[in-house]
Amino acid sequence: MRVLGIDTSNLVMSIAVVENNRLLGEYTTNLKKNHSIRLMPAISLLLEELGMGPEELQGVAVAGGPGSYTGIRIGLTTAKTMAWSLGIPLAGVSSLEAIAANASFAKAYICPLMDARRGQVYTALFNEENRLQPDRIRLLDEWLGELHPKGERVLFLGDDVRLHQEKIGQVLGDLALFGPAEWNLPRASFIARKGEKLIEEGQDAEIHSFAPQYLQLAEAEAKWLAEQKVLPK
Amino acid sequence: MKQTSRWAQIAHERYKKDRETGKPCYLLGIETSCDETSVAIIRDGKEILSNIISSQVDIHKRFGGVVPEVASRKHVEDITMITQQALEEAKLGLDDLSGVAVTAGPGLVGALLIGVSAAKTIAYAKGLPLFPVHHIAGHIYANRFVKEMEFPLLCLVVSGGHTELVYMKEHGSFEILGQTRDDAAGEAYDKVARSLSLPYPGGPHIDRLAHEGEATISLPRAWLEAGSYDFSFSGLKSAVLNVLHNAKQRGETIKPEDLAASFQEAVIEVLVEKAFRAVDQYGVKQLLLAGGVAANRGLRERLTARSKKEGVDLVIPPLSLCTDNAAMIAAAGYIQYQKGVFADLDLNANPGLPLS
Ligand SMILES: [Zn+2]
Repeated sequence: MRVLGIDTSNLVMSIAVVENNRLLGEYTTNLKKNHSIRLMPAISLLLEELGMGPEELQGVAVAGGPGSYTGIRIGLTTAKTMAWSLGIPLAGVSSLEAIAANASFAKAYICPLMDARRGQVYTALFNEENRLQPDRIRLLDEWLGELHPKGERVLFLGDDVRLHQEKIGQVLGDLALFGPAEWNLPRASFIARKGEKLIEEGQDAEIHSFAPQYLQLAEAEAKWLAEQKVLPK
Repeated sequence: MKQTSRWAQIAHERYKKDRETGKPCYLLGIETSCDETSVAIIRDGKEILSNIISSQVDIHKRFGGVVPEVASRKHVEDITMITQQALEEAKLGLDDLSGVAVTAGPGLVGALLIGVSAAKTIAYAKGLPLFPVHHIAGHIYANRFVKEMEFPLLCLVVSGGHTELVYMKEHGSFEILGQTRDDAAGEAYDKVARSLSLPYPGGPHIDRLAHEGEATISLPRAWLEAGSYDFSFSGLKSAVLNVLHNAKQRGETIKPEDLAASFQEAVIEVLVEKAFRAVDQYGVKQLLLAGGVAANRGLRERLTARSKKEGVDLVIPPLSLCTDNAAMIAAAGYIQYQKGVFADLDLNANPGLPLS
């Protein structure tokens, strides 16, 4: 099955095409540039390089969050519209899981992390084989306080880890590990490969109702929305 | 990657073939600039086959106005469903389409992005040409569903975000003669409605109250410099708030019907007077009304009466086409279709897109 993978949930824009568990091509940048302008030309370019038209795709997989609200929405709208237009299945993959997947074989806990402002992070926890904690938004202090007593080494991954590296080091000391630069970026190749698996297992998403995982706390979210600028119609 | 992309070639070839064979043009329109998710299909620029509008007004009601983040979220959830409904109602498939037109701006950037992303994807996936549309051009072209345009013409655009007098010498040509320097007329309506504790959206409530009251309260009209076609409504809005405040201080009660009537009278008088001054000066063949406030009964009545008196050909869209909808976007996109002006896949949403 030929699956297009898309991740625009943060600064990274990554797209890839996977066929039968084999990566055919991938394009990844880590730039503060507009996903809205660049995503479609990049998809068009990659497929053209692969000598493929969009009608030859058999599935679409997308990072469904958490991450930048606008970024996720661009990727998700493109992915669901693509799947719907072509009449092919759609799969959603966690943006955090995509980062963690870079270190699939690490002999340590794997903790993907994205900054969520005001001392908060989007995070989850994995080990070599399994997901141990769901994607959540946490106060970094509290989260590190939970990780420390486990007494195990934790590999922190994500482009925002550098923002909090000092604090992580202070709390976890030698237990904190940091990955090489390329492990910090989500790769659409993983998203496409995982999407292919989900589709094959019949775990594809309902296209019309598919929506981002914003992962904000319900009350805080409601309050925050209420405080947002209200516009006249 | 630009014009030479496989997609651009396919879209151009399809366009050429469609034009040569004289196949009817079926344009898909997408509009997500504010709080309506709308998708439409129109034939040959003038005939609506479907025009699905999913309004979020009930969701935004509890906030007392449109919350951009909420609007963007809802657009993502609805966009493919609404598009499918539009095709089903038109009894067409994506392969029957001739192109995709989408509102590229102005509007809420996060909301616009959903429509633009969806439109680019459909165009790319199905090898269709893509046409970016200015939201106000869309409002103006809603009139083409009522009557063929005759140039030169003048259009009075009045909505929550816009108050403009636009001169058109031909299709696709827009010259702004005047615009608001502060609040849009619709914005003033909503603010005044809020001060009278009317539910959101307040415009229709003011219009209704105004018909039950009398314009007995003296309120200012901002004519600005002689010969100017610009508008200003913030002074009027402040005057209304002052009247309410002063009455409260003195322990008097103001009849909301009379205040609504006085406010509406002040707005309409300036709009109508400036529009007819421009009609005279520019010698236009038609006067068009466009935008959400075109649904206002008071404004429609006054324009109709004055047009009759002066022998001006006035065109007003039906209520359903005055508020944001995708049929009007497709109608404006059809002009670009005829001219063969295509957008590329790097099309972006532009919240401050200029009209001309
Ligand atoms: Zn509008």
